[in-house]
Amino acid sequence: MLSFTRLENFGHSLSATCFLAQPENVEQIADLFRLARRKGTTITLRGGGRSYNDAALNGGGIVLDLSRMNRILEWDPQRGVLRAEPGVTLQQVWQRVLPDGWWPPVVSGTMFTTLGGCLAANIHGKNNYHAGTIGEHVLEFRAFLPSGAEVTCSPNHNADLFYALIGGLGLLGVFTSITLQMKRVHSGLLEVHAWPVHNLEEHLASLHSNAPEYDYIVGWLDATAAGRGLGRGQIHAARHLPPGADAQAERTRQLEYQQLPSTILGIFPKSLMPWLMRPFMQNWSVALVNSGKYLLGLRRQRYLQPHAAFHFLLDYIPAWERAYGRHGLIQYQSFLPKETAAEVWREMLRLSQKHGFPSYLGVTKRHRPDAFLLSHGVDGFSLALDFKVPDRRRAEMHGLLQIFDRLVVEAGGRFYFAKNSETNAATTRQFLGEEAVRRFRTLKKRCDPDHVLESDLYRRIFGSQD
Amino acid sequence: MPRFAPPTPLTPYRRALILGASSGIGEALARRLAQDDYRLALVARRANRLQALCDELNQPEPRALYYVHDVTHYDEVPSLLERILRDLGGLDVVFYVAGVNEPPGGLDRYDFEKDRRMIEVNLLGAMAWLDAIAPLFQQAGHGHIVGISSVAGERGRVGNPGYGASKAALTSYLESLRNRLTRHGVHVLTVKPGFVQTDMLRAAQKVIFPISPERAAADIVRALEQGKQEIYTPWFWRYIMFVIRNLPSPIFRRLTI
Repeated sequence: MLSFTRLENFGHSLSATCFLAQPENVEQIADLFRLARRKGTTITLRGGGRSYNDAALNGGGIVLDLSRMNRILEWDPQRGVLRAEPGVTLQQVWQRVLPDGWWPPVVSGTMFTTLGGCLAANIHGKNNYHAGTIGEHVLEFRAFLPSGAEVTCSPNHNADLFYALIGGLGLLGVFTSITLQMKRVHSGLLEVHAWPVHNLEEHLASLHSNAPEYDYIVGWLDATAAGRGLGRGQIHAARHLPPGADAQAERTRQLEYQQLPSTILGIFPKSLMPWLMRPFMQNWSVALVNSGKYLLGLRRQRYLQPHAAFHFLLDYIPAWERAYGRHGLIQYQSFLPKETAAEVWREMLRLSQKHGFPSYLGVTKRHRPDAFLLSHGVDGFSLALDFKVPDRRRAEMHGLLQIFDRLVVEAGGRFYFAKNSETNAATTRQFLGEEAVRRFRTLKKRCDPDHVLESDLYRRIFGSQD
Repeated sequence: MPRFAPPTPLTPYRRALILGASSGIGEALARRLAQDDYRLALVARRANRLQALCDELNQPEPRALYYVHDVTHYDEVPSLLERILRDLGGLDVVFYVAGVNEPPGGLDRYDFEKDRRMIEVNLLGAMAWLDAIAPLFQQAGHGHIVGISSVAGERGRVGNPGYGASKAALTSYLESLRNRLTRHGVHVLTVKPGFVQTDMLRAAQKVIFPISPERAAADIVRALEQGKQEIYTPWFWRYIMFVIRNLPSPIFRRLTI
């Protein structure tokens, strides 16, 4: 039942040897919790394994991989309501609902995340400003609690658990079925606009003024540009087509129409890309590529694009994260109020360049606050920075990220638990606030009195004991 | 739950188990690995020495835990290993350093109790622990096993038949582990020290070219990092042993080495 396995995070920057179990139903989950309690060990939940950090790792303990609980239990194409097991991936979901004229309300940059993982991290998408996090579209879920109870939660029923388990990082209970409201779409295509921004101020102002006008908005930020071009990049914004605008809606909603291209620039097979890219993942060559990308993006563009192609950029190149080499990559994502964002990020970009750790990819989004207990929502923006984990000077880079943490917290910012890998317990307590941490601990005691649900992430951000 | 803060991508560490950590090469390895930022589980019989070593290693931040255990208490192994895996948060390297050398006390003396003791500690203890760890490493496709054997296992010498037999068997056992596990991504390193200035050296009749345990530990850690299969420490014992291994028996049996 348990196999000693070396698991990695998505960025290949961390590994842990854990006892892996792949339960197929609630009875097996209950058995595993009994086993863990008897052995005095801990359990971490794992879905698609797409977290950049230690959220789904549990060194020396048990990891429940829920990917075998992947049945879509009910689908109502009239109301757009889907009920599914936690291991169902976003890929399964959109492929099931799109032909009927629906799309998941919120998606991540990859379709290989699971619904359980999406709820546990309370993911956001490029539509965060309008649609909020995925949790805001959950009608109801059932969860198994380590205390032995199975509960049904919705915004009106067991609301405290509803707002804590969603975004609760799998530390309070195990989702066993999830009921999600889909969004009606009238075409398989989105109308996409792209335009350049020439510096950080213009970048954020453009996100701010355009977010209300579009359903989706996301910025690419050239984190290698300095001086007057610091923060330059390109904005992509998209709208759903209104009813009747797509005469071929029946056809564009079919799965064949949504396939991602299988070659890059028409010639390079995608599977080879990470290995072809690897030698070019150096500071100077990435700066060159970013400059080229910026110049190509200077022309304003307007085009129609299938949903899958617009949303799942990360899936264009399978295993692209391998391009980052032996030690993998980490992502540092900060969420800042709109008033302080520019100042903090200007300093962050400047410091990362000065220390010789430029980020190879920067992505910006517009956000709004939400009602969940462990929330990363702010009325402002987020900037996600991908960093190659260097061969040497790792302690220096760790120190730099601690400085970033301080800048963010002092400016009223927040963090997202599926991303940052270096943020510590003191910083977490500061940005969440004593009250949220206290409420989380109270619920933890109620749902998991024996502290069975723990992860390496939990031990890092909450410390190992109360 | 693990007793150390988890590693992060920018503050990584490895986890090691040292069996026989309270003195000699084991103790030197513990110091050396703590410097290299390992997290350590130290196992030996003597609680006071382990306690003192841990106190020293756990400054300025916690790095080592200790467990009092006699490697000949074979039935304790599964539960202790389970506990160590939990406390360390996994396992990357295991060092089997435990060993005793009890000479019979003369070229015409025989002592079954001493022979049995050496087989029990030097060989059966290693088997009890490594038989438990090998399948885990095999499943994980990851791990390093380091066994401290001896140059004494290369030839049946007159001085201490039991010790030589225990180390010859250990060398052979480690080679079998290597041949079983390499294909699963597990690394097995056999270490053959010459004379190392430890408590054990007091039992040796003749001592040539002794080295400090610190030097042996440095050699072992370097070989571990380089992925070597077998090393002699110090290095020149490879050549001494080449000669001794190739001495024809009619000559060797007339000598007293």
